[in-house]
Amino acid sequence: MIIPAQYYLTISAVLFTLGMVGVLVRRNALVIFMSIELMLNSVNLTFVTFARQLAAIEGQVAVFFVVVIAAVEVVVGLAIIIAIFRTRSTVDIDDVDLLRG
Amino acid sequence: MPGSVSGLIVLFPLAGWLINGLAGGRLPARAAAMIGSASVGLAFVVSVVSILDPRVWQDGITTRLFTWIDAGEFTVEASLLMDPLSALMALLVSGVSFLIHVYSAGYMAGDPAQSRYFAYLNLFVASMLLLVLAGNLVVMFVGWELVGLCSYLLIGFWFERERAANAGRKAFVVNRIGDAGFLLGILLLAVTVNSLDFVNLSASAESIAVPVATAATLLLFVGATGKSAQLPLYVWLPDAMEGPTPVSALIHAATMVTAGVYMIARLQALFFRAEVTLSVIAAVGALTAFFAATIALVEHDLKRVLAYSTISQLGYMFLAMGVAAAPVGMFHLTTHAFFKALLFLAAGSVMHAMHDVIDMRRLGGLARPMRWTALGFLIGAAALAGFPLTSGFFSKDLILERAFAHAEGGLTLLLWIAGVLTAFVTALYITRAAILTFAPPPSHQDHPHEAPPTMTWPMAALAALALGGGILGAQAAGAPLLHALDAFFHVEESGAAKSVPALALTIVSATAALLGILAGFGLYRGRRDVSLGALGNLFRRQWFVEDLYEVVIVEPSKRLAHFLAGTVDLQIIDGTVNGVAAGFKRSSAALRRVQTGYVRNYAAVVLAGTVLLLGYWLTR
Repeated sequence: MIIPAQYYLTISAVLFTLGMVGVLVRRNALVIFMSIELMLNSVNLTFVTFARQLAAIEGQVAVFFVVVIAAVEVVVGLAIIIAIFRTRSTVDIDDVDLLRG
Repeated sequence: MPGSVSGLIVLFPLAGWLINGLAGGRLPARAAAMIGSASVGLAFVVSVVSILDPRVWQDGITTRLFTWIDAGEFTVEASLLMDPLSALMALLVSGVSFLIHVYSAGYMAGDPAQSRYFAYLNLFVASMLLLVLAGNLVVMFVGWELVGLCSYLLIGFWFERERAANAGRKAFVVNRIGDAGFLLGILLLAVTVNSLDFVNLSASAESIAVPVATAATLLLFVGATGKSAQLPLYVWLPDAMEGPTPVSALIHAATMVTAGVYMIARLQALFFRAEVTLSVIAAVGALTAFFAATIALVEHDLKRVLAYSTISQLGYMFLAMGVAAAPVGMFHLTTHAFFKALLFLAAGSVMHAMHDVIDMRRLGGLARPMRWTALGFLIGAAALAGFPLTSGFFSKDLILERAFAHAEGGLTLLLWIAGVLTAFVTALYITRAAILTFAPPPSHQDHPHEAPPTMTWPMAALAALALGGGILGAQAAGAPLLHALDAFFHVEESGAAKSVPALALTIVSATAALLGILAGFGLYRGRRDVSLGALGNLFRRQWFVEDLYEVVIVEPSKRLAHFLAGTVDLQIIDGTVNGVAAGFKRSSAALRRVQTGYVRNYAAVVLAGTVLLLGYWLTR
């Protein structure tokens, strides 16, 4: 059974929107982080879908890149969150507003 | 190279300036005075040696040092010219300056800044010698500016006194005005005649168009009025009395103020081309002579009396220049240098003895304790008043004679009348000064003492010259007494010489002088203050010239300065700068609100941007 591409794309759009809303409305830095991962992976899904439909390898290569970069980003991001937690005892993103003008 | 000795004349005082200026602080004070005096003395000796060369008396010796400006057809050499005229000035400047230097050694003893004083003094003499020995107008201009600088430095020598500093500044500023005219005159000549060399200018004077010559000479004369303190630029000279007294003697007698007279004598041929200029010079000279003499009549400060007297006597010299009798003017310049230096040195001696009191109302009775000074002052006063057979008598008489000969009736006779009137007033004011200062009763409790020999000896030498200097250029029955000095003082008769009742004129001017002296005795003997009524008030206000300056120049300049400082600078310029800064401050205050510090807001903005871009692409 072949599932049509628009199913995949719909799921991808839903996931992306969920991630985006998560980033915009949640306060907990870790949750925001997970939301970002959600957005990245929804994009990955889109890549893979089109790679398969168009029988092109480039889409899958892009996914590999995204996965690797996402892993790196998680390392850096978690380190930053831990550093913030150590100095301020909070991971609430609204409490960290040093750059307020 | 033969003839290069004229360079040495300038070089010696310059060396003295360098030594005193660079190493003076480390030398003992006496050494500074010695170096200063010796360098000028050497310059005098070299001047004497240089006039032994017969070539000086033929065409003059031109010494080319180097080519200064070489611009196509127009070249300016750094050259020195030694001819009878410059030789006379070199002798006079170095000789009188030497005596004043020696006097200064006594007068300034004890001043902590002696080496600076002598350094300036030497530079002053060097500049003046450069001015008189200059071979062209550009070199002369260098000397011209340098004496202006030195006068500023020396008048403001005691710069910690505010009055002295202000007087120095005033001298400098007023001189700048004249110098601007002088420079314009030089440039005009450079453009039109294409040569600034004195020899060339004299030779080609006939071919210069009269309008050009008139414009150029008028501009040069503006320079002369500044440097030689004539109306209307005389105002700096009375204030210049704030400097040390020997400096006043130097400025008034030998250097600086004679520069304008010398410049006109030097460019005689050019000035002869310009009838209008000559008339202007004669008028300004006669007017200044009378004007300054009347002010000298009411001044209380002895030195200021002498200052106005100098302005007045310079007026005589310009009168002589204006009636085309330059050698006679130079003769008066010479005798004036002797007796005015003497008068100033005597006044300095009085100040020295009276602890810097110079107000004549607080002097008096000094003849007894200061016999030699009083005698020197009296001789100088007699010469200034034109007492018969003193030096001033001969030269002043000759000027009046020439003025009379020049006159063609009517207005031009006014020049002569002004001259005679001035002779009367001159005798009056100097008699007043002498009586108030030296005749009893004293109006002070001091115990003055006679000056040291270093101060009295120069006075003695000058007294001899002031008494006997007249024979240098005196004429008896129309013929010079000493033909050997013809090159200095003889007037070339131009065209049909008018016969002048010389004896009658001499009697008139001598009578004016004697009447002046008698009037002085009558008015001031035993009285300290004579108000002279309304006329005296006019004189005391300087004929309202200073007030005129105040109203026309000083006040408007101040108001302009206030306007520029208060309105233009503070409000327009600063306002623009501050306004720009305030604008940025306000706009940034509005913009900073964008930076909320909430990550979510930034993310929302990114989202919005992305949506907009996508929308743009999709709907394109």
